[in-house]
Amino acid sequence: MSAKTLYDKLWDAHVVRQEEDGTALIYIDRQLLHEVTSPQAFEGLRLANRKPWRIDTNLATPDHNVPTTDLTGGVASIKDPVSRIQVETLGMNAREFGITEFAMGDIRQGIVHVVGPEEGATLPGMTLVCGDSHTATHGALGALAHGVGTSEVEHVLATQCLIQKKMKNMLITVNGKLQPGVGPKDVVLAIIGKIGTAGGNGHAIEFGGQVFRDMSIEGRMTVCNMAIEAGARVGLVAVDDKTIDYVEGRPFAPKGDEWDAAVVAWQDLKSDEDAHFDTVVEMDGSVIEPQVSWGTSPEMVVDINGHVPNPAKEADSVKAGGIERALKYMGLEADIPVKDIPVDYVFIGSCTNSRIEDFRAAAAVLKGRKVSDKVEQALAVPGSGLVKQQAEQEGLDKIFIEAGFEWRNPGCSMCLAMNADKLPTGKHCASTSNRNFEGRQGAGGRTHLVSPEMAAAAAVAGHFVDVRDYL
Amino acid sequence: MDKFVKMTALVAPMDRANVDTDAIIPKQFLKSIKRSGFGPNLFDEWRYEDVGEPDADNSKRPLRKDFVLNQERYQGAKVLLARENFGCGSSREHAPWALKDYGFDVVIAPSFADIFFNNCFKNGIIPMVLDEATIDGLFQEVFVTEGYQLTVDLENQQIVKPNGEVIPFEVDSFRRHCLLNGLDDIGLTLQHEADIKAYEEKRKQQTPWLFAG
Repeated sequence: MSAKTLYDKLWDAHVVRQEEDGTALIYIDRQLLHEVTSPQAFEGLRLANRKPWRIDTNLATPDHNVPTTDLTGGVASIKDPVSRIQVETLGMNAREFGITEFAMGDIRQGIVHVVGPEEGATLPGMTLVCGDSHTATHGALGALAHGVGTSEVEHVLATQCLIQKKMKNMLITVNGKLQPGVGPKDVVLAIIGKIGTAGGNGHAIEFGGQVFRDMSIEGRMTVCNMAIEAGARVGLVAVDDKTIDYVEGRPFAPKGDEWDAAVVAWQDLKSDEDAHFDTVVEMDGSVIEPQVSWGTSPEMVVDINGHVPNPAKEADSVKAGGIERALKYMGLEADIPVKDIPVDYVFIGSCTNSRIEDFRAAAAVLKGRKVSDKVEQALAVPGSGLVKQQAEQEGLDKIFIEAGFEWRNPGCSMCLAMNADKLPTGKHCASTSNRNFEGRQGAGGRTHLVSPEMAAAAAVAGHFVDVRDYL
Repeated sequence: MDKFVKMTALVAPMDRANVDTDAIIPKQFLKSIKRSGFGPNLFDEWRYEDVGEPDADNSKRPLRKDFVLNQERYQGAKVLLARENFGCGSSREHAPWALKDYGFDVVIAPSFADIFFNNCFKNGIIPMVLDEATIDGLFQEVFVTEGYQLTVDLENQQIVKPNGEVIPFEVDSFRRHCLLNGLDDIGLTLQHEADIKAYEEKRKQQTPWLFAG
């Protein structure tokens, strides 16, 4: 038998039918649902008089529209009537079809990509989809997970399958040891800076090497989450003891004999030594610096000690045009030091960085310090009710509040500003989210992607700084 | 889904790389629970001077005159000529819904983001991949030729330029079949019900923990 990559193994185990033109029918073990990309799928089922193929594989929670302020009124807490209808529609659809939902007010409610792993609803070796591009997150547990559109959400509901074409294999190896103050977010931003936002198009990326073996499961989630920002729908990390320890005992995880059998099966969820990768990228982790994005695409990223680029120095005319447009949108001059960029808002949250380790890392920087007077608003938004509870048990909420942050309720919040948390026009935000696209955090808002530690340090300084000076 | 029929249509140029789905349809319009009505908000932030809201009367909003789709010469375009990595970012199918609702049936680019590429086929849009040099040539011709049209022939997988020059393109045979016949692929998949059930029986033995619910 020829050597296989982890992606090959996951794919092969899920092929229901292989067609001659290269497409295949792939079985889906888990679907996560949220309010934004599911209503039209449920409506499609109703119009065609279809039922879900397997109800128990679906798990729903509202996240994009959920307010992060007062939630005591449940769904009625949502002031925007259009948002409220969308969240109510998710609840009605879940009830109509018998799908488990962690609704507003349930402590398990949160961002789908935080909730899935936290509940053990994401398991190694499974296929998992969600109508959300950051579904790549779940690959951190050795699951084949990717985002789909609403038609595909409906397709999975109705058939438990997807029509897919196999992707190519890409291996990104980062060896060495990360410097103190440099974390998973910096690693993935540095990768995107190197290969570009289209670098992974058509590929499933496996992240390998010492840096990822040393990294916690939550850190691996941060990295896999942003595989999509490198163009790849799928990010993967091989299963190891850390994966198994993470999954054990979670509510949806197998128990007893099934657990023992699962652990045996999961041992094989790694690429064979001589497996073939179509594309290989190698990086040295020891030289990665804290990263800051300066522009309007996640590949527009530089080291904290770097400078904003100059379009005049770019030979490729399409790229130069992109830099010029980004500078104009961001209100930045070419060649200025990144440290000179002011910070008006700070957002610590999103499916990329809203887990307990993220808040611990930011709190370590904030402890005994204050948010700069120049910062107009600093938000800390946990990824789920359980993350929030854990942080409060550890006293992290007090550190954030004493520093001058607002300690909010869980949801997607200012990552994409579908709820009331919006970045105003022209304001610069140090954000732990995943996209710095024009208008992403609010029309005209200017996003700078950073790690939680870097966001905390920027909050204190009122401009971007090297977090290593704050440790 | 409607059948894709051979057409000759006006081409509009979108001369920038990495056009993301947040730009194609901004987040505030994703609150709709319908599949239709997104066209007036396609490229909302680039197209209008003000910030759009879902309940606004778009016909009264001030337009950005320099935005390509606001130019008189591109009104009625059904083919969008674009650059590398078109449709990157969010998986929102609202992006192809907005393009289709606006009137685009074809997007031509050197490369597309994977999720957007898939979503197009589900909505009767051809995401057509051509090489960089061909696309550069098309941009030049569109810029200098008012009323520039292309004939898109999916059945024969070719486009024909106004001067008669033929450019071949490729679409997977299954997807082409679905587009040409306007087929709902859920119905097609359900024809394989027995295969899906057989797979499930096998997996229940191998991985019973995935069937514990």
